[in-house]
Amino acid sequence: MDKIIQASYFVAAVLFIIGIKRMSSPVTARSGIVWAGLAMLTATVATFFWPGMHNYLLLFVAIGVGSVLAWVSGKRVSMTHMPQMIALYNGMGGGAAGVIAALELLKGAGLSQTTVVLAVLGGLIGAVSFSGSLIAFAKLQGIMDKAWVFPGQQALNLGVLASAAILGGIVMFTDSGPAPLAIFFLLALAFGVLMTLPIGGADMPVVISMYNAFTGLAVGFEGFVLNNAAMIIAGTVVGSSGTLLTQLMAKAMNRSIANVLFSGFGSAASQAAGTVTGSFKPIDADDAAIMMAFGSKVIIVPGYGMAVAQAQHKIWELAELLEKRGIAVKFAIHPVAGRMPGHMNVLLAEAGVPYDKIFDLEEINAEFPQADVALVIGANDVVNPVARTDPQSPIYGMPILNADQAKNVIVIKRGRGTGFAGIENTLFFMDNCRMLYGDGQEAASRLIQSVKKL
Amino acid sequence: MIEGIIALYIFMLAAFTGYEVISRVPVLLHTPLMSGTNFVHGIVLVGAMVTLAHAETLLEQAIGFFGVLLGAGNAVGGYVVTKRMLEMFKSSKETKRG
Repeated sequence: MDKIIQASYFVAAVLFIIGIKRMSSPVTARSGIVWAGLAMLTATVATFFWPGMHNYLLLFVAIGVGSVLAWVSGKRVSMTHMPQMIALYNGMGGGAAGVIAALELLKGAGLSQTTVVLAVLGGLIGAVSFSGSLIAFAKLQGIMDKAWVFPGQQALNLGVLASAAILGGIVMFTDSGPAPLAIFFLLALAFGVLMTLPIGGADMPVVISMYNAFTGLAVGFEGFVLNNAAMIIAGTVVGSSGTLLTQLMAKAMNRSIANVLFSGFGSAASQAAGTVTGSFKPIDADDAAIMMAFGSKVIIVPGYGMAVAQAQHKIWELAELLEKRGIAVKFAIHPVAGRMPGHMNVLLAEAGVPYDKIFDLEEINAEFPQADVALVIGANDVVNPVARTDPQSPIYGMPILNADQAKNVIVIKRGRGTGFAGIENTLFFMDNCRMLYGDGQEAASRLIQSVKKL
Repeated sequence: MIEGIIALYIFMLAAFTGYEVISRVPVLLHTPLMSGTNFVHGIVLVGAMVTLAHAETLLEQAIGFFGVLLGAGNAVGGYVVTKRMLEMFKSSKETKRG
């Protein structure tokens, strides 16, 4: 029996790696998750045949309840709220790794010194990932305030981490019983909370990705403790690919990971950016429709505001109308559009926009000068030219979409407010820019009506 | 039994595999891929199952039950969410057919 279980775990490990590989290319991505799913199924079924098992009733109830809750919540959640669901499920994985560590250490007997060390390390990382992910979930869900900063915070965090490490050492190298173990886990959980509190909502994606890598690593360590090859390989692969993904995301958002973790965003944004002269020039939907319908190329720049207004379906309807008239329509996505890199692509895909009409910043920036109209909807900071021109600005140096270089710019916007970073957008004051005021969805509907009339 | 230096080799090779396998991922797949790897570490379910299945005291059973519950949530939730996201990645040809 043991051979069959080991063989199943080996197959699962191979399938997991193929699955991740396929998920990293848009052409094969959809089958990737199926491969990984098969791996999970193989490993789970094989585990039921592990020798000397009991508590079957508890096992079935726990798997049943956990699966049903996760299934229902995963099916119901809207695409806009996807990032916090990932955080939640990731936290659950971290928690499970922590639980394995706690139980193995509690039983104690028969563990070698190396396994005890790995169990404690995995437990620490898993517990931090558990509580940290829950805070990240609460923040993105809007249950908690965006950032929570107080004096001496970093010293406190360091103190808590150091105490957790000391307790971990006691658990590792002395035969101390359950009390230090409990305190160790409480400290680890507290550190996860404290570490996540000061981080602002805009940086959350990077943090969630980091906790994802943490959980992977914790699972890998606990795999060594349990002598479980599937856990070792799958966990470690996620640990390293998650680390790389975290770096890629941070890079796409023009932030360093250290920056995300140790400095609350917004502290630099307080100083006033240079005063802007000029005025907003409004436009009505009919004129805007003419501008687009009689051009030859339109680039649409969507931002999170579009998703909040649920305007993506209307925008795609508008794009299809324009295409029927022979106009080339492209979507330009800034790396930080949406709540995390790639999130806006998912939102547009949900509305039915094929992915070959969606372009990255590097791909599309050279095309703006040829575009008759750049239609900016719900985006602000990512098209602000001060990022190129004003070294004093907090967003200076961030790569932006050069919407200002299009022949005409139409901005759909609710009112005169500033973007997430709280900076005036000089694009809105430029001569080639017109403002179409209104809620995203309603403004898009007006544009559709106007185009249809032409 | 996986011991000592062999374990270290497995760890090293798996780490490089993870790094290499996703090194060319485009930005548009960052979120779905994060969700997908989130599903993969749901394999922790397998470990939680073994741990619960060998739990003796009431306390151990309670903690183990919680572990399996969390592990199952990670695996199933991660799968559902990733599948939903990836189902949206269709090229224009497929969209027209569907």
